Amino acid sequence: MKQGSRFWAWLVFGVGTTYFVLPLLATFEFSLRKRRGEYSFDAYRSVFGDPNFQATFTYSVVVAVFTILLGVLLVVPTAYWIRLRLPHLRPVVEFITLLPLVIPAIVIVFGYIRMFGSNSTLPFLATARGTDALLVIGYAVLALPYMYRAVDTGLRTIDVRTLTEAAQILGAGWTTIIARIILPNVLIAVLSGAFLSFAIVIGEFTMASLLNRPAFGPYLQNIGANSAYEPSALALISFAITWGCMSLIQILSRFAPRSANRPN
Amino acid sequence: MADSTMSETARVSPGAPEISRLRLPLHWLGVTPFFVFALVFLILPTVGLIAGAFKNAAGDYTFDNIIALSQPKLAAAYWVSIQISFVSAILGALIGLAMAVAVVRGGLPPWLRSATLTFSGVASNFAGVPLAFSFIATLGRLGVATILLRDIFGINIYSLGFSIFSFWGLILTYLYFQIPLMIVIITPAVDGLKKEWGEAAATLGATNWQYWRMVVIPVLWPSFLGTTVLLFANAFGAVATAYALTGPSLNIVPIQLFAQIRGDVLYNPNLGYALAFGMIVITGLANLFYILFQRRAERWLK
Repeated sequence: MKQGSRFWAWLVFGVGTTYFVLPLLATFEFSLRKRRGEYSFDAYRSVFGDPNFQATFTYSVVVAVFTILLGVLLVVPTAYWIRLRLPHLRPVVEFITLLPLVIPAIVIVFGYIRMFGSNSTLPFLATARGTDALLVIGYAVLALPYMYRAVDTGLRTIDVRTLTEAAQILGAGWTTIIARIILPNVLIAVLSGAFLSFAIVIGEFTMASLLNRPAFGPYLQNIGANSAYEPSALALISFAITWGCMSLIQILSRFAPRSANRPN
Repeated sequence: MADSTMSETARVSPGAPEISRLRLPLHWLGVTPFFVFALVFLILPTVGLIAGAFKNAAGDYTFDNIIALSQPKLAAAYWVSIQISFVSAILGALIGLAMAVAVVRGGLPPWLRSATLTFSGVASNFAGVPLAFSFIATLGRLGVATILLRDIFGINIYSLGFSIFSFWGLILTYLYFQIPLMIVIITPAVDGLKKEWGEAAATLGATNWQYWRMVVIPVLWPSFLGTTVLLFANAFGAVATAYALTGPSLNIVPIQLFAQIRGDVLYNPNLGYALAFGMIVITGLANLFYILFQRRAERWLK
């Protein structure tokens, strides 16, 4: 019986692995075919040499960094305050942070376009800078569920109340407490949330495209429509970026403080 | 800082109700930025769309837009979207569960389990345009797997009616993020199956099949259903993968909505809002069921 179940386990695992590895191998093989008759890295060379690649990728990295900053500024004080003073509000905040998983990104950005047009009270879309800001805000909303969960899990491992009281006795103000006591203690959790946000934001297509921003996602889509081998190279580059972010999260989690009430 | 110590004493000593009433608004100050942000950039835009769905061009309230969703093209878009999301969710859930059970319970080497979970974390986030590129390179008309199947096995999948740009092509592509998402979410539930239950069942003389039918399946059932509806919502809201794969031609709701936002192809902005409203209703219902099922599932995971 035991032998039989192990056979099935290997079979399921083997079929699954084939399905997941084959597209990656095929994409890699395809990306090497740019030069006729032999394998070469020409597609990668052409991608990295493309000024549009450099411009859009840089743009998306900058947007991602601002998204992370906004997310941290928004989530860390809130999660801290909820733990310290307003625990009864936790379900409300959790519900709000889960809403971006319920409302599709395309609907959120549709709402923005309708609400923040040039003639509205908050005319974000009137200028390019304003639209950039709106894109950062939209991404912060998309990343909210992940950021909040990461930070809240981090806060669970430290004794927020004691740390706060100790800091207060020593004369620290709220900004000092959050920036110099709480943030360093949940830094690893914040960084996990940050890398996950980065992975989500860097190649995002829907919001950037509908807001008409020169981001990496719309660039990818455009390349896909217009060339043969570069898309494969770009797909692997994107996969490597996602992989890198996830690996960093895993490495960081090894340094995370462990306590009795750590959930996993 | 002084106010926090004051309110702390106010909370513990019932003799100072005056102060607590005065201090209460200050408590809220800490979460105000978050609530204002959520209100302005999440709730109001969505509520605005929903309100727009129930208005006509002149701003009067009406159900015309909702009724207009039943026009053949839009009804077909919803139907195809629901089918694609449903099939990819069911297949993703079944295959994901099978893989989770295989790596957790199947007696495979332990490192395979952590490798699978790591890869699943990556692949569940590898959606969108690059994923579409990968599948075109693999199973497109000139894809590597298509050519291999044709030249080595003599099977021309395109002459057999397959296309990566079709219904099943899209499902095959969606499974690349649906299966890993299932693995990531369901593995803790599979871990929650206690060894003692298997031993207890065996002591009572249960066969392997009876153990599965009477213990494993009933315990995993709520988690399974919950995650399946989550996968459904996940596929339903996906735009980029489908758009990069098939272009604007495929008639599914997110792509219709994309075209509508780009250029008012329905010639009626309020009908566009209704289209978005329909999406919120469907993903909202799916998430509601997810929460209900998850609550049931948690009973066993303590």
